[in-house]
Amino acid sequence: MSDVYVVGVGMIKFGRFPDRTLENLGAEAALMALDDAGQTIHDMQALYCGNVYEARGMVGQRIMREIGQTGIPVVNCSNACASGATAFREAWMSVKAGVNDTVLAVGVEKMGRGLLVRAGPEDGLSPEGILGSTTNPSLFAHMGMEHSRKYGTTAEQFAKVSVKNHHHSTLNPKAMYQIETPLDVVMNAEMISYPNTKLMCSVNVDGSAAAVLCSEKKAKQLGLMNRAIRIRASALASDPWSYHNLAMSDFNEVTRLAARSAYEQAGVEPDDIDLVELHDCFATAELVHYENLGLCKEGEAGRMIDAGETQLGGRVPVNVSGGLLSKGHPLGATGIANVYEVVAHLRGEAGARQVQNAKLGMTHVVGRGSACAVHILEKA
Amino acid sequence: MSVSDGLLPIVPYLVSGQDGDFYLQGVRCDSCQQITVGVCNVCPACGERGAMREIRLKNTGKLYNYTIVYRSNPGVRTPFVSAIVDLDGGGTVKGNLASEPENVRFDMPVKLAFEKLKEIDAKGRHYYGYYFTQN
Repeated sequence: MSDVYVVGVGMIKFGRFPDRTLENLGAEAALMALDDAGQTIHDMQALYCGNVYEARGMVGQRIMREIGQTGIPVVNCSNACASGATAFREAWMSVKAGVNDTVLAVGVEKMGRGLLVRAGPEDGLSPEGILGSTTNPSLFAHMGMEHSRKYGTTAEQFAKVSVKNHHHSTLNPKAMYQIETPLDVVMNAEMISYPNTKLMCSVNVDGSAAAVLCSEKKAKQLGLMNRAIRIRASALASDPWSYHNLAMSDFNEVTRLAARSAYEQAGVEPDDIDLVELHDCFATAELVHYENLGLCKEGEAGRMIDAGETQLGGRVPVNVSGGLLSKGHPLGATGIANVYEVVAHLRGEAGARQVQNAKLGMTHVVGRGSACAVHILEKA
Repeated sequence: MSVSDGLLPIVPYLVSGQDGDFYLQGVRCDSCQQITVGVCNVCPACGERGAMREIRLKNTGKLYNYTIVYRSNPGVRTPFVSAIVDLDGGGTVKGNLASEPENVRFDMPVKLAFEKLKEIDAKGRHYYGYYFTQN
């Protein structure tokens, strides 16, 4: 089977757009990706769309009404925070399988504000606050506290993740925020669920991102190889059984499964990766994922952030886009926005935040429930 | 606390026994020996069918993990300690830990307590629940 390439990407500036429709946001990124590839909707053989909050709303078809209703197959993907990456992977798979040679993947979301309250049981009493907590901040606080339990990781080390990612986003004009956020500001912000303060929680923003994928044969035929990015690996995992999983969502094993598969597919080692866009939905999560993705040895994540190894210019820069913490986290768009960022670096088009000589990049998302997608991309 | 008519368990795995006491229900897989909280027919750990034997989970355990929740859903009183407890003999459950946050330590011994809840549901029905205390 021949390789699959990303030949066009697009992403809108993340923000809050109460006056625009979901499909209008998705259409803007889709058109940007088509333009980037020099293609039109008539060249696309299928659309894969990632979205969470309107999962039953045929979002992909609504986008087609704004970019051209050509009658191609549309697949709507909902996989929590991995929805965008899942759509991207479905697009990849259809080309890999030889069913299509040119396809479009779009991720889009319009978000609420503040704590995202999950619907309680349809009939009965919500156990929230009675049997512990199931809010997103609390689950990812538990994830960080488990790391503290094992390795003595401190609240300050977790907070440094947020300082770093907020700094990175000052260099990203498409990020929600461009504000330096020093350690004392992060640590003194409202405590949400210890050790995560408000500034250690991802930002709820509206956003969209899109990618055009095509086969090697087609990319060559269209003369697109000079800016093409090869998809070296596409891995998706669900959470395997683990001892605490049913009481405490386990975002670690699911990530390790997907990461292991991705490294095997690509035939590369963690040391070969030049930059990573990973799922920093909360500051605690980023630190733990350093180990889950093999970016450092077990128990060394705290040391790694202290040493600045994951900041721009460090050994393996992580979330130079600003990450979910500062660029923002429109759930269904995030997986493809990560691809957009890595593609920009591999093409050498990332501007002030460019990771020098980037050849291999990794994207990672985890959806609660759980789904983890890992992609490895390479400059062609 | 005794069982009173019309009181419902907040979660299905909280059971009131025939002698008026309360316990958490679990199952042990005859094939892989793993314990799962609640009742199920297929073992989530090994996939074995029809090998799940119902057991009473122990009322004591150790604090595996916790966080202190300062902001929760609207109407939920904060702060509270959200605790993950490894029960003695097997099984892991989440619950509130009735303790001042500064006194919470990993691995501290805890025990289950059962109570009639103040909260009622949309239909006005009353519930019983559980929480942990230091043991």
